[in-house]
Amino acid sequence: MTVIQSIIIILAVVLGTMVTRFLPFLIFPEGKTPPPFITYLGTVLPYAVIGLLVVYCLKDAVFSSFQGLPEAIAVLFIVGIHKWKKNTLFSIGAGTVLYMVLVQTCFR
Amino acid sequence: MKKKAFKAALPYTLPICAGFLFLGMSYGFLMRSKGFSFFYPLLMSLFIFAGSMEFVTVNLLLSAFQPLHAFFLALMVNARHLFYGISMLEKYKNTGWKKPYLIFGMCDESFTINCAVTPPEDVDRGWFMFFVTLLNHIYWVSGAVLGALLGSVIRFDTTGIEFVMTALFVVMFMNQWEETNQHRSALTGVGCSLLCLLVFGSESFIVPAMALIILCFLLDRKRGGKEA
Repeated sequence: MTVIQSIIIILAVVLGTMVTRFLPFLIFPEGKTPPPFITYLGTVLPYAVIGLLVVYCLKDAVFSSFQGLPEAIAVLFIVGIHKWKKNTLFSIGAGTVLYMVLVQTCFR
Repeated sequence: MKKKAFKAALPYTLPICAGFLFLGMSYGFLMRSKGFSFFYPLLMSLFIFAGSMEFVTVNLLLSAFQPLHAFFLALMVNARHLFYGISMLEKYKNTGWKKPYLIFGMCDESFTINCAVTPPEDVDRGWFMFFVTLLNHIYWVSGAVLGALLGSVIRFDTTGIEFVMTALFVVMFMNQWEETNQHRSALTGVGCSLLCLLVFGSESFIVPAMALIILCFLLDRKRGGKEA
């Protein structure tokens, strides 16, 4: 692939990505009131889409060699420690360290 | 005003800093090992700024020249951003010149923080979201460039560091869960995604999951479901 061709590929990827990010804002600009269903989606989607993201992150774990066991342990640990301490940074940090220890030692 | 917003935003981005630096480095190193100059990871991390798609783009650059394929692949891989946009229509309102940048830089992590975190009352929301987005952008580009330049020099075991993203999403999910008594939307999101993951497999479940989520909300609303 020539340099020009690779720049075109990168531009195509930038364009595709930006379409997915800008489209809702272009279809429903600030001045206009969006249809009621879109406003409704705006209130319920934030809760649903972070759930989707959690599943998206764990999508390959279930089919991996340990069937998601280290992931499950770390997620349960995060849920427990976050319920107890309610400290966002601490829960994220501690959960990640536990996961790293797990996959670097017992689940190699 | 700016300083206050920066101070409020910084702590939330620290886990992302750790994650993005290491993931960005592995991406920059990968690009170098495939023979690309460091300008490629620099420009790609700066302008695409969508982690998973950048890894996919490495392969696109190494195969036959098919720009339309690249465009549609980016649409598919990043389709979830459409939901982010709809979720942020209200929150990004009245942010002036910052708005195009907020939308441009709306990666999974920036979206999650901007969506789930309410900054303290005396902090300007627009600036808070701007700094969250900017800091994450800087971490990612720095990681990619560092990896491209130093990837072969620095070598230590960071296996599992990518879990910091999962941890962030789990904690933000819980914070949102505590905020409301109506858990139907959160459960719809997890339920539809899990179902589609099992049916369609990990490669192609996102778009069906998005369709199913919309369908559930549509039916729920028809039935007279209350707002979450």
